[in-house]
Amino acid sequence: MSSYFHPFILPFCIGTLVLFVIIAVKFYRWITTLDRKQKKNVWMSLLTVRVFPALWRIVKEIVKEVLLHVNITRYNWRMGYMHRSIALGWFLLIVTGFVETLFHFRGGGHLPWLGIFFRFFVRDYTYGISRVWADVMDLLLLYVLSGVSIAIFKSIYSRVVGIRKNTKLRWFDICLRYSLWLIFPMRLLSESCTAALTGNGGFLTQGIGDMLPTEFAQVMEVPFWTAYSTCLCVFFVLFPFSRYMHIFTEPLLIVFRSLGVRESSQPTGYTRMELNACSRCGICIDGCPLDKELKINDIQGVYLLRDVRHGLPHRNATENCLMCDQCVVDCPVGIEITEIRKQERNKGALDTHDNYRFLDSIQSFNAIGRIAYFGGCMSHLTPGVTESMKKIFDAVGQKYWMMDEDKTICCGRPLLQQGFIAQAAELRRKNAHLIVESHAQYLVTSCPICYQSFKKEYNLPIKVIHHTEYLAALIRLGKLKPHKTGLKVAYHDPCELGRGCNIYDEPREVLQAVAELARVQKEREHSICCGHSLGNTALDVEKQDKVRDAALRNLKADHPDLIATACPMCKKAFQRDRYTTVKDIAELIAEQL
Amino acid sequence: MDGKIISIQVAIIGGGPAGIEAASILSRYGVQVSLFEGESKWAHNIGNKFKLFPDFSSADELVQTLSQKIVENQIPAYLSTKIVALEKQKNAWVLTDEQGRSYVADTVLLATGYDIFDAKRKEELGYGIYNGVMTSVDLEAMLKTGKITNVLGEQPQCVTFLQCVGSRDEKIGNHYCSKVCCVTAVKQAIEVKKMSPQTDVFVFYMDLRMWGQGFEELYREAQEKYSIRFVRGRISEAASTFDDRVQIKAEDTLVGQPLKMSTDLLVLMVGMEASCGTKKLAACCGIDGEYGFALSKQPHLADNQTAQRGLFVAGACKRPMSISDAINDARAAATEIVEYLKIVPANKK
Amino acid sequence: MDFGFTISKPRSIEPTEAGKEQLRLLEEQVPTFRRCMNCGGCTATCSAGHFINFNIRKVHNLYRWGQYKELDEELQKCMLCGKCTLVCPRGVNLRSLIIHLRKALNKDHLSNDFQHFIRNNNR
Repeated sequence: MSSYFHPFILPFCIGTLVLFVIIAVKFYRWITTLDRKQKKNVWMSLLTVRVFPALWRIVKEIVKEVLLHVNITRYNWRMGYMHRSIALGWFLLIVTGFVETLFHFRGGGHLPWLGIFFRFFVRDYTYGISRVWADVMDLLLLYVLSGVSIAIFKSIYSRVVGIRKNTKLRWFDICLRYSLWLIFPMRLLSESCTAALTGNGGFLTQGIGDMLPTEFAQVMEVPFWTAYSTCLCVFFVLFPFSRYMHIFTEPLLIVFRSLGVRESSQPTGYTRMELNACSRCGICIDGCPLDKELKINDIQGVYLLRDVRHGLPHRNATENCLMCDQCVVDCPVGIEITEIRKQERNKGALDTHDNYRFLDSIQSFNAIGRIAYFGGCMSHLTPGVTESMKKIFDAVGQKYWMMDEDKTICCGRPLLQQGFIAQAAELRRKNAHLIVESHAQYLVTSCPICYQSFKKEYNLPIKVIHHTEYLAALIRLGKLKPHKTGLKVAYHDPCELGRGCNIYDEPREVLQAVAELARVQKEREHSICCGHSLGNTALDVEKQDKVRDAALRNLKADHPDLIATACPMCKKAFQRDRYTTVKDIAELIAEQL
Repeated sequence: MDGKIISIQVAIIGGGPAGIEAASILSRYGVQVSLFEGESKWAHNIGNKFKLFPDFSSADELVQTLSQKIVENQIPAYLSTKIVALEKQKNAWVLTDEQGRSYVADTVLLATGYDIFDAKRKEELGYGIYNGVMTSVDLEAMLKTGKITNVLGEQPQCVTFLQCVGSRDEKIGNHYCSKVCCVTAVKQAIEVKKMSPQTDVFVFYMDLRMWGQGFEELYREAQEKYSIRFVRGRISEAASTFDDRVQIKAEDTLVGQPLKMSTDLLVLMVGMEASCGTKKLAACCGIDGEYGFALSKQPHLADNQTAQRGLFVAGACKRPMSISDAINDARAAATEIVEYLKIVPANKK
Repeated sequence: MDFGFTISKPRSIEPTEAGKEQLRLLEEQVPTFRRCMNCGGCTATCSAGHFINFNIRKVHNLYRWGQYKELDEELQKCMLCGKCTLVCPRGVNLRSLIIHLRKALNKDHLSNDFQHFIRNNNR
């Protein structure tokens, strides 16, 4: 038997082997079950020049997110430190251990487990440069241990890291968490025992080792190393089935995302990757208005992903969501939570074909040389918005065709959000037909819901712009010169326009032409949903109003004269409150022409 | 205390029908009262009307009679004196007006009445956006001119009334019924028909509540004598047509079919809300009830008393009320106040 | 069996126990449904109703009385745009109601007993 073998390494070796087999099987299954479009995207990225930026993105993202956890740190530095210290620290421990072994054995030829149990087997490593290695390894271990201790504190009191709530875990994950937490203290104890006997430790392990009685170290050395190896084994064997699977899945997700893969309307292998890439950090709970305002605490992204992944019942988690995308913006892994929720909402047999034959009667309009203006269903209930837009079109001499002056064909997004995929597609076909037939120059819409739909779901041959973009362009070009008022206005970012389509600057630019912007604490991508989002059918108005009240409190903190928004739905939601004056940006401009 | 403070036995806040009636009765009983009105006219809400239901008597005459009562009884009355704060100090009430003047009263009667619902809040109905959309208050003003005209100044072909604007509507937070709009619409519809017999008049309603004496008869007369069409359905949205008329969308729920028609004028029967003064003063002394109305102690036997000793309420500051109900309620309040003043021992006054 | 003549079924609504149970279940899922006062605002504003005679108010009233015939096909005309929910003066959650009605009426979502019941009560 080699002097570099001891039975205690067996659990570790078996565990590692099992781990890599399971992961290989899982990865293979996921990659082979990508759908056709996703596979096509991968090949298109691999076989064209696009491969270079993609490769660069992969490397950059993996370093940034898997090791450094930049996104989490940006969200909350304490939590970022916790994740980073464990991930980066552990990674460096393995790499440094491996390099140290290479160094010691002057290149290859050594046994694979030596890097992990180096101090036990290389007992005479006490001279010259080896002290530096030992100190570096101890420093890294200390770094990891600092993260583990924060994690332990966080599990007791989440505010330690500045997070409102801990994710509720399954018992299985809790057990596994303890085995993870135990790994590093065990390593510390084992190495300290060995250091006590051989003097090969660094500043930390030697320090502790010198305090240990020699008899204790002699008796406990092998048991501690065995415990260390067993902790690793338990953790490795179980973790592909636990939330820790994110450690290996996140790099894979980054690879495929960088190769241009996105969620489809149906679950695919990519969905499995996303589900497994969730570390259940709980950041999605932190910003969720349903948790904050309504104490609904079982529907957030983390729970949806968990339940979908493990096949647990999740109807409530699927349906009861505003789809405000706050969690999507916050998610440090960048999981498309809303898309997965839409897949889960798929209504299956209820989603019928050929429902809207009656829409065939509607005729298109010859709009050559004009723009098409689509108010949207909701705007029929906010004539202030559409009338203002008409006034503005007239003022700048823009010829337009209001597509839905009298009757509206819904854009289809509300159906899509509720999982009626075929029905939504039918509506899109009808509207697209009308728009294409009209030969209009471009399409202006007043409703961010329609806007997002036209932009992302339609594939129209003409440009689609929201009226705030249109107004911003007119003001920039000097075609529209509204008078400045003394009003102080708080702008509410509608979810679909802001987080949905990244339009934050144009509305503000337009508002600044007529008024002064009030300070709003949570704005832009952190804007609070008006609560009446079409994405939700499960909440009754009383509950929607509670979310709205939170949004209003946030908007009114700086005592604005009125609230401006750019979405008929948000406008309606705020109008319900008797103490609130709300206007659309278009109205504010039209008033000041 | 500086000389500015005026001491009063009973301060009545609000110079509408309830306030004036209570003041005149109390002063006839020999109680020393003062009457405060924020506006520059007595009973301005009545003054905005043309004729009153159910007897088509003149609104101006009623205002005249009420004002006369103030003069006849030599009541110290303050117009354009908006009371903005009301505070209890030991056994007296301190009233503060907008100019910062203070008044001390042993007893206060709150008769601050109602405000008209701001129809702009129902944006889908297009008030303030489309020229042909007006409120019932605007229509009264038009009726006063003696002529009904559409946007173009011509005789309208069609006038449509819509009930329950700002009442019975969860969307604007008013769940209650404003009580007087049903019969007001019937009255106004008849007046329109009287002035312009050729005009088609429609009344869209959810329920017609003809609760008072003579109301049901008026409804019947509107149908039979004036051919006013009553349609059971709520108008959901309005739009303008190319000729500046108003297109409305509703459902005739009795036929069960969507209905689309255009009309020259759409009259929104705006409901009552607690007036600014009611909301403010009721909140000041902790008697604010739902929707900002003042809360009486008990609906049956103590409807003029409040949770505060020496503070009484009367009229539409409690809930939507017709003029006659408000006047009756004021008389009841006056009786309660006389009773109250008797039982308060002289040394405590 | 053909007797050479038929007895025409009365056209009046006859409430049945199964129908009542079905309504109770729906009201449990969409509690705001109970608040409807039949003002017709929903139908008036309905996007689909501007094209055809689609009457959501009538549909749910028929459901109330256990008259399920062709309701599912009728409901498929809805575009789920949410205008009805936005105008309802009683705050009925109509979008939720429509989805639940469709679930309740869809044969793939129904128990066999209830399908049998619908067949026998919808002539």
